[in-house]
Amino acid sequence: MYIKLKSQCKVTALNLKKNFGSWEKLNGFCTDEAIAIKQSRRGSAKAFEPIVRKYMKQAYFIALGLVGNHEDALDLSQEAFFRAYSKINQLNPKRNFFPWFYQILKNLCFSHLRKTSRHHQQNLEEVDEAQVANSTPSRFDPYAIAERNEVEERVWTAIGQLNEKHREMIVLRHFQNLSYEEIAQILLCTRGTVMSRLYNARKKLKELLDK
Amino acid sequence: MTCPDYVDLMMAYLDDELDCEQKKVFEEHLASCPVCRGELEEFKRLNRITDEVKFVEPEERIWNLYWSGVYNRIERGVGWILFSISAILLLIYGGFKAIEELIKDPTVDIILKAALLALIAGLAILLVSVLREKLYFWKKDRYKDVRR
Repeated sequence: MYIKLKSQCKVTALNLKKNFGSWEKLNGFCTDEAIAIKQSRRGSAKAFEPIVRKYMKQAYFIALGLVGNHEDALDLSQEAFFRAYSKINQLNPKRNFFPWFYQILKNLCFSHLRKTSRHHQQNLEEVDEAQVANSTPSRFDPYAIAERNEVEERVWTAIGQLNEKHREMIVLRHFQNLSYEEIAQILLCTRGTVMSRLYNARKKLKELLDK
Repeated sequence: MTCPDYVDLMMAYLDDELDCEQKKVFEEHLASCPVCRGELEEFKRLNRITDEVKFVEPEERIWNLYWSGVYNRIERGVGWILFSISAILLLIYGGFKAIEELIKDPTVDIILKAALLALIAGLAILLVSVLREKLYFWKKDRYKDVRR
């Protein structure tokens, strides 16, 4: 169903950043984007299209890293754009679109994970508790995310076992290749917090991989 | 500074996010601390492993249809709002007319009319109470004007 690209993940992420570019200009606000947002505020759905096209891949891949399967990532990223459009009046005109949008996307992905995890645990009530605790969240499918390869499968399975905050850090830094400044901007925290969260996330991932 | 103080610097060193001065400070510590050297090597190994991970890219068709998926949701959202408003208005109007007919009808028992009026009064009180409560909490909400 999917074309498997041979390019490495980091190369993909770098290309994505090259293509999308604008939100990484931390202090500058892209004029085209500002105009599109202004028109979207007036109710023009068509004006919102360039914004969706600009960020759709980034949104999809972030969602994929967080929820772990193609169908959910596609559905949740599209739903996030729909909600962003519905709430576009809440976006501060002086702020960039993507960090604000990311909050919507992240909340949707994590609430979806909580719902599916609860459902999954209910279905596994009769299964051994330790088995449930060590299992990856329901529908987190390493094969759907990465090419079939033993190392990659182990990495994605381990990422699936990380908690929300740690998983988010690993996805943003390792698979979206964002700088600390960019991560701090979208997570609404300081650079120092990014560094310490990243340390804890990497330590946990290392532990899971060494198991 | 103790080793835990260098944890953040270690991450930034690993990701090449340090300026020259910070890099020098961390490298000086690294030269004298085998524990941090070992941990840094472990993190470098982790980076090498995650660097190997390749995403499965959806086919082009998915991207071509992406916007229409979002647009359909927007369109349906507007449709739902219009549908809900008109359904509520029609229900209120229909209900009002039906009650009016019932009240005016001399063949209907007076007890049924009284019960119906009491039901409407009860619903109205409940509605006003809920709205007043919502309004009260909305006024008291300190975060209602917070914009991200």
